[in-house]
Amino acid sequence: MDIIAFLIPAAVALGATGLAAFLWSLRANQYDDLQGAAHRILLNDDDLPPPTA
Amino acid sequence: MDATALKPGAETLAGGCPSGLSVVAEPASSVDPSAFVHTDDRGVDTLELLVQGARCASCIRKIEGGMLAIPGVRDARLNLSTGRLRVTWTSGSLHSRAIADAVSNAGYAATAFDPAESQKQIDGEGRRLLRALAVAAFASMNVMMFSVPVWTGDQDMGGSTRTMMHWWSAIVAVPSALYAGQPFFRSAFAVLRRGRANMDVPISLAVLLTLAMSLFETATGGHHAYFDGVCMLLFLLLIGRYLDHQLREKARTAARDLLAMQTTTAVRISEDGVARAVAAKALRAGDAIALAAGDRVPVDSVILDGVSEFDCAMLTGETLPVSMRVGDTVHAGAINLTRPLTLRVVSPVESSLVAQLARLIEIGEQGRARFVRIADKAVALYVPAVHSLAAATFLSWAFGPQLLRTLGVTGTAEIGLHGAVMNAVAVLIITCPCALGLAVPAVQVVATGRLFKRGVLVKSGDALERLAQVDTVVLDKTGTLTLGKPRLATNLDRDTLTAAAALARCSRHPLSRALVDAAGSGKPALMPHEVPGEGITGEIDAIPARLGRRAFAAPDAPESADNAAELWFAWGHAAPVRMSFVDELRPDARSVVDALRRRGLTVELLSGDRASAVEEAALETGVTAWKAQTRPADKVAHLETLRAAGRKVLMVGDGLNDAAALAAAHASASPGTAVDASQAVADIVFTGARLAPLVDAIDTARAAQKRVTENLAFSALYNIIAVPIAALGYVTPLIAALAMAGSSLVVTLNALRLQAMRPWT
Repeated sequence: MDIIAFLIPAAVALGATGLAAFLWSLRANQYDDLQGAAHRILLNDDDLPPPTA
Repeated sequence: MDATALKPGAETLAGGCPSGLSVVAEPASSVDPSAFVHTDDRGVDTLELLVQGARCASCIRKIEGGMLAIPGVRDARLNLSTGRLRVTWTSGSLHSRAIADAVSNAGYAATAFDPAESQKQIDGEGRRLLRALAVAAFASMNVMMFSVPVWTGDQDMGGSTRTMMHWWSAIVAVPSALYAGQPFFRSAFAVLRRGRANMDVPISLAVLLTLAMSLFETATGGHHAYFDGVCMLLFLLLIGRYLDHQLREKARTAARDLLAMQTTTAVRISEDGVARAVAAKALRAGDAIALAAGDRVPVDSVILDGVSEFDCAMLTGETLPVSMRVGDTVHAGAINLTRPLTLRVVSPVESSLVAQLARLIEIGEQGRARFVRIADKAVALYVPAVHSLAAATFLSWAFGPQLLRTLGVTGTAEIGLHGAVMNAVAVLIITCPCALGLAVPAVQVVATGRLFKRGVLVKSGDALERLAQVDTVVLDKTGTLTLGKPRLATNLDRDTLTAAAALARCSRHPLSRALVDAAGSGKPALMPHEVPGEGITGEIDAIPARLGRRAFAAPDAPESADNAAELWFAWGHAAPVRMSFVDELRPDARSVVDALRRRGLTVELLSGDRASAVEEAALETGVTAWKAQTRPADKVAHLETLRAAGRKVLMVGDGLNDAAALAAAHASASPGTAVDASQAVADIVFTGARLAPLVDAIDTARAAQKRVTENLAFSALYNIIAVPIAALGYVTPLIAALAMAGSSLVVTLNALRLQAMRPWT
């Protein structure tokens, strides 16, 4: 049973990593335009002319 | 409308959303966005525009591509969800006007945003809720890792292992619950300070008491710790809270967009003759302003110089343009159709007709604020009930056995003060309104999502509730029951039509546009000359042609009997041709009126148009109760009469003259072609040429109301069963978790049944 001394902290740490990743994506404005993101995947990168300046 | 009609020689330019999902925008107006440009200290200019009509991937490409093609633009990003376009460029490399023009030329309407307004766009509350939701989700999943072993293996598990599991649960749950519970704690604290109570008071109390009790149990090596229950409770409640917030945010955004659009500008001519763009707010009585053709009148004014025609449909409901000359008063909101004019301001923007309408709207909305949402009614019953039940549980367990002993009854169970607190907390946590918190928002989210797919935008959750209660429908005529634009009713041979359309392409007159719509794309005529209120002359294939009133184009032709809107076209020596136009009813107007009647609704027609036109529309649709030539205040008064008679009215209208009535009605709807003010006050906005979405919306609202009632009844039933079990001390953490998750699942699944509802077609 000694193994749970490692497994429990490891499991909680993994969960916390997932939470941290979500909070980071929220902070990085990734949920501000859900509709736009769904449509942007259809665009080719070279469809847009490169910025001129 | 066809964009080619507005820009002669630019036929190849495709207007608006290529998917055809949205209406092509009005022609570019002469709004100068330079007042809204923000320059930072690194010499980068930023402009935010509100773009209307962008719906799909091609829109993103058209708009962003169009921006990046302008020399000097560094970056352009369109947020499709909110319609905000953010453009940055090197300071001084271009004029901000070029950006607004590029958006307009692509066929989208663009409005510049006040930078202070756009700062408010960031939805801080929504983010806080989402963060709390994520933390609660993390905690409720990870606590299960420790709870499931305790539930399943309690008999085989030693006391020390169980306590270790409880300690691990506490490490995860306590900080998470304290963080995720903050939205509830804050709101509970705020209302308690004002001496009242809301739903968040029992929630906060349950969370804090359960945490304290579970910590005490863990520290003393006890059997039952409710860390899992607390986390799950917060998780489920936050889902309901977040859904509810999203629905309200949608309504708030619509209102803010309207505010941004009201920041109109005007061109003021100073005494030295220099024209300068100023905000409409800055205009004073006596100022001279220039008004280009196609522009909306910013404030009530008198014509100083020039003759033109005005489209007053949005103000009065009158379909045909009104001809105005020097000395006539034009009201704010009317659109100048033919000629550039010079105007003198009569009254500043605060006392313009539009502002007066805005005040009528405000008064109407105050009336609507009295509406109590069904969820709030449930909470008003729930809060005192739960508190007294928990208190009764505690008191009976703490003092009951002693009381019975003194009365001579022996053999009662004594569980002491500790047991009494445990049972009272069990009552608090098991009655916690997970199902109640989800019951209403879950249904409303499914209902609005379903309607959105069918082209109906529902602005708020309580709009659905009000819509479900409606028993009378009052329809506006122009633009609501009808399509709001004339259509060519005469059959012409192809050559005549093509020739007449060539001339019509040089005019903004609604009848000309209808003619161009009928003819499709083609070339404009050469050397056009428009005489306001009369007609237009030009050359087609080097032969002179005239298009306009009978007196202008064909003075010798006989007067026609019907009083339909007409145009006469004379080309060379051929006999002049008469073209008549009708304001066509929406294709399904009749069947929608019938469908509304079958649902037990009374249908009325209320219009600002002439009596003859209203009567005809009423006859065609089978509406018996109609009123013509009503002013905005008359419409409101009529709705008040209906309200006084105990009727719950759904007002459907599109014009500025309907906006006040829309706000005053119990529920309101606008077509997607309506003026901004009407769309902003309306509860629902429906798109497309058909009226059918209206019936769909009422059906869905009624079905949603049924689901909500079922959900609330289920929540009540659940509590009736759960409270005795908890009060008697039979609740374990496993039962609490199952009850909470189970009841929430039931109300959510019940809400999803709406999705399967068969639509009315």
